[in-house]
Amino acid sequence: MNVSDLSALLPLIIIAATVIVVMFVIAFFRDHKLTAVLTLAGLALAGASLMIVSPMMPRRITPLLILDPYGLFYTGLIFIASFVVATLSYSYLEIHEGHREEFYPLLLLATLGCAVLAGSTHFASLFLGVEILSVSLYALAAYLRHSDKSIEAGVKYLILAAVSSAFILFGMALVYAETGSMDFTHIAAGAASPGVHTLPFTAGIAMIIIGLGFKLAVVPFHLWTPDVYEGAPAPATAFVSTASKGAVFAVILRYFSMVGVTISGPIFMIFTIIAIASMFTGNLLALFQSNVKRILAYSSISHLGYILVTLLASGAMAATAAAFYLSAYFITTLGAFGVVTVLSEKDRDADSMDDYRGLAWRRPWLAGVFTAMLLSLAGIPLTAGFVGKFYVAAAGIGSGLWLLVIILTVNSALGLYYYLRIIVVLYMREEEEMTATPRLSLSGSAVLAGLTVILIWLGVYPVPVIQIIQKMVQGLT
Amino acid sequence: MILAWLILIPLMGGLVAWFLGNKYSDWARWISLASLVLDVALLLYFWPAPSTEAALGRSTWFIEYNRPWIPQLGISLHLAVDGLSLLLVALTVFLGIISVICSWNEIHESVGFFHFNILWILAGIIGVFMALDLFLFYFFWELMLIPMYFLINIWGHENRVYASLKFFIFTQAGGLFMLLSILGLYFIHGGNTGSYTFDYTLLLGTPLSPTAARWLMLGFFIAFVVKLPAVPFHPWLPDAHTEAPTAGSVILAGLLLKTGAYGLLRFVLPLFPGAAASIAPMATVIAVIGIIYGAVLAFGQTDLKRLVAYTSVSHMGFVLLGIFVGNLTALSGAVIQMLVHGVSTGALFIIVGMIQERIHTRELDRMGGFWSVVPRLSSVGLVFALASLGLPGFGNFVAEFLVLLGSYRVSLMITVLAATGLVLSAIYSLWLVQRVFHGEEQEGLQMPDLSMRETSMMAVLIIVILWIGLHPQPFLNMSEQALNSITHSNSSTQTSVRGGVQ
Repeated sequence: MNVSDLSALLPLIIIAATVIVVMFVIAFFRDHKLTAVLTLAGLALAGASLMIVSPMMPRRITPLLILDPYGLFYTGLIFIASFVVATLSYSYLEIHEGHREEFYPLLLLATLGCAVLAGSTHFASLFLGVEILSVSLYALAAYLRHSDKSIEAGVKYLILAAVSSAFILFGMALVYAETGSMDFTHIAAGAASPGVHTLPFTAGIAMIIIGLGFKLAVVPFHLWTPDVYEGAPAPATAFVSTASKGAVFAVILRYFSMVGVTISGPIFMIFTIIAIASMFTGNLLALFQSNVKRILAYSSISHLGYILVTLLASGAMAATAAAFYLSAYFITTLGAFGVVTVLSEKDRDADSMDDYRGLAWRRPWLAGVFTAMLLSLAGIPLTAGFVGKFYVAAAGIGSGLWLLVIILTVNSALGLYYYLRIIVVLYMREEEEMTATPRLSLSGSAVLAGLTVILIWLGVYPVPVIQIIQKMVQGLT
Repeated sequence: MILAWLILIPLMGGLVAWFLGNKYSDWARWISLASLVLDVALLLYFWPAPSTEAALGRSTWFIEYNRPWIPQLGISLHLAVDGLSLLLVALTVFLGIISVICSWNEIHESVGFFHFNILWILAGIIGVFMALDLFLFYFFWELMLIPMYFLINIWGHENRVYASLKFFIFTQAGGLFMLLSILGLYFIHGGNTGSYTFDYTLLLGTPLSPTAARWLMLGFFIAFVVKLPAVPFHPWLPDAHTEAPTAGSVILAGLLLKTGAYGLLRFVLPLFPGAAASIAPMATVIAVIGIIYGAVLAFGQTDLKRLVAYTSVSHMGFVLLGIFVGNLTALSGAVIQMLVHGVSTGALFIIVGMIQERIHTRELDRMGGFWSVVPRLSSVGLVFALASLGLPGFGNFVAEFLVLLGSYRVSLMITVLAATGLVLSAIYSLWLVQRVFHGEEQEGLQMPDLSMRETSMMAVLIIVILWIGLHPQPFLNMSEQALNSITHSNSSTQTSVRGGVQ
C-alpha cells in the first residue's frame, strides 16, 4: 500500500473523514443546519473526487478493493442517492423533536459501507461493507425513538440482518474451504474447472445468496421489508431501498459476471426461482395494501425481481440494462419517498391513502411529481422507468429467457393496478375545503424538481447515460 | 421535419394550454383549437405534393423523416406517411378539432389540464399513425393511454374510476404482449443480419420460421384486437365509452379504435404475411361474431350512450373482416369504414352528450318525443342514425358494401352472416330514433335546441359523411397505393385464405 493507492481511495477517505468531522462538530457545537451542510459538502467533495481518481483506473488497491469504471459508476450512483437522502432528511428532521444531528454521521457511514461494496472484489471487503452498512441502518431505522413503529423497524432489521450476516459468513467459510481463496478472481478461476462444483461449494454460494438476499429483500427473504419500510423514518426508508440494495446488487453482479451465473445449474435455478417469486409476491401483495409506504415496499420487492432478470441474462447488454434500470429505479424511488417525506408531519409519516386524497388540487406540482414517479415505476413512456424496463426485457430476450420476460410482462400489467390506484386517489375531487397547506421546504422541492427533470430526460433522451454505462461495462469481466 | 412538427405542435400546445388554462379557461380552449388548426395547415401544405419517389411508384411514402434517437439500440425517430397514414392523420386532426369544440361548454373544472390531455392523446395517435420505428411506435402507443386514462378518470361520469382502470389494464396488457413480439423480432432480425434495428422498413421481410412467425404475430395481433376491439377482448369498451366525457368518447371511438385497425394493416399483415394468412379464417369468424354480437347487445341497452358504444363493436367487426379477407376491395372498404365510423359514431356520441347536457340523463326510458321540442337536434340525430344503419348515400354504406363485396369472393357463408349485421343495425338504429325522437313526449320536457356552435359543428360532420358516401373515389385513390403494397406482401398467401375459409 503506497501513496498512490491511498489517493485512489480518496472517495472513501473523504466520506470517512466527513463522518469524523461531523461527529466532532456535533460534540462541541450542536447545530442542525451546520451538520447538514457539512454532510452535503462532504458528499459533494467525495463525488468530485471520483473525477480525480478516474484516470487511475483500473487499479487493484490491496487484494480487497478495486477501482474500475464499474465500481466507480455505482459509487457515483450511491453518492447521489445519499446526497438526495441527506437533503430530504433536513426538512424531515427539522419538524421532528429530539436530537436531529446524529442522523447524518449514520447516513454517511451507511454510504461508506455501500461504497466499499461497490468496489469490493474479496469476501473480506464484502463482509466489511455489509456490516458497516447494516450497523448504521439499524440505528437509522430506529431513529425516531418516540415512535413504537420506528423501534420495531429497527429491531426487526437488526435481527434479520444479524441472521443474514451469519449466513454470509458460513457460506464464505464453505467456499474458502473448497477453493482455498476468498478473492473473486481466484474463485472464478477455480470455478471454471468442473471438479470444484462439489456440494459444499454450491451450498456455500447458496448461503451467501441467502444472506445477500435479505439485503436485497427478494422473496423468500423479504418478510422484514414492509414493516421496516413502514416504521423507519421516510428518508431512511429511501436509503434502504436505493443505495443499500443498489450496492448489494452491484457486488452480486460483479461476482457473477466473473464466475458466470450459468456455470452452475443449481445456482441459476435458485436465481430464476427467486426472480419469479419476487415479481409475483411483490406485485400480488401490493394489491392488498392501503398504506403507501407498504405499497412502495412491495413494489420494490418486485422491482428487484425485474433486476434479477438482467443478472440471469448475462452479457454486456444485461450489465448495461442492470445499470440503467438501477439508475432509473434510484431516481424513481428517491422521488417517491421524497414526496412521502415532504408531506410527512411531526407525529407521523404521510403513509395513509387519505394523506394523498385530492393532492392534485391542493398541491398540483407535488402531485405531478408523484404521478411521474409512479408512472415510471409502472414503466410508462416519457419516464426513465420505461426505457429501463424496455432494456431489461430486451436483455432477457437477447439471452433467450422467454419465460422470465413473459412473467415480467404479466407482472408489469399487475403492477399497474396499484400504481394507478394511488394516482386515482391523487386526482380525486375533495369535497370539503382543506385547511391551509403549509409551504413545502425549499430544499425538498428543489430535490424533487431535479429528480423529475432527470426522470423525464432519461425517458426521452437516454443516450448520454447509456454511453457512460456502456463504457463502464466494458471494464467488467 | 414537417412530420415531427405535426406531433410537436399539439404536445407544446398542450403544455401551454395547461399553464394558461388554470387561470383563464377560455385561453386553453383557443390554444388547443389554434394548435390543431396549425396542424391542419401543415397537412394542407404538403397534401397535394407527394414526393417524386412516390410519384414514380418506387416508394409508397409521400414524405419521410429519419433521425437517430438511441443509436446504441438501433432506435431512430423514423416517421413517414403514405396514403393510409395521411387519411388517418387527417381524421385525427379533424376529430380533434370537433372534440375541442364539443366540450366548449361541457367542461368547467380544470379546463387547462383537460385540454392538455386531449392534445397529448392526439399527439400520441398522430405518432402511432406515422411511426416507422417499432420502438417509436410502441412509445406513442403507450403515450396516448395515460392522458386518456386521466380524461375518463377525472371528467367522466358516475362509474368513471372503474371504467378508466379497466380501459387502462386491458390496453396496457395487450400492449405488453406487443412489446415482447417487437423485441423478439428485433433479436431474430439482429441475429440473422448482425444489424440490430427497430426500423420497420428494414425489418420487413425478415425470414422467420413458421413457429416464430406465429408467436410474434400473435403478440401484435392481441394488442391490436384489444384496441379494435374484437369480441372476446371488448369488455373495456362499453364501460370506457359510456363513462368518458363526450370529447373522450369521440376520441376513443373515432380514433383510438382505429389505431388497432391501423396496426393490423401496417404491421401484422406486412411483417408476418404467412402467419397472418393462417390466422385469417379465425379472425374473420371473430369479426362476424363481433358484428352480430355488438348489434344484438346494442339493441338490449337502456343507456343511450352504451347503445352507441355497442354499435362500435359491430362496426369495427366490419373493419376486422375487411382486413383479414385481404383483397384490395375489402381492404379499401375497411379503410373507408375506419374513416366513416370515426365521423358517424363520433357524431352520435356528441348527440348523446348534447342530450345529457340538457336533460342530465342517458336513460332511454326518460326520453321520447324530442322532435317537437328540439327539431334541429332530432333531425341531426336521425341523419346519423341512418348513416349508422348504412343507408346508401352515406359513407357507411360504401364501406360496408365494399367489405362485403370483397369477402363474397372469399367465402359466401361469412358474407351472408356479416350481412345480417346490416339488418340488425337497421333494427337498433330505427328503434333508437323511435324511442328518443318520436314516441310519447315526456311531460314538461323543456330544453334549448342546437346553438349556433353546435349546429355548425354537426353540419360539418354531415357534409363529411355525405362526401365520403357520394364521392368516395378520392379517398379510395389516396389509400390504394398503400393497400396495394400490403396485398402484395400478402399475395403469395391469398390462396390459402380462400381455401381456409370455405
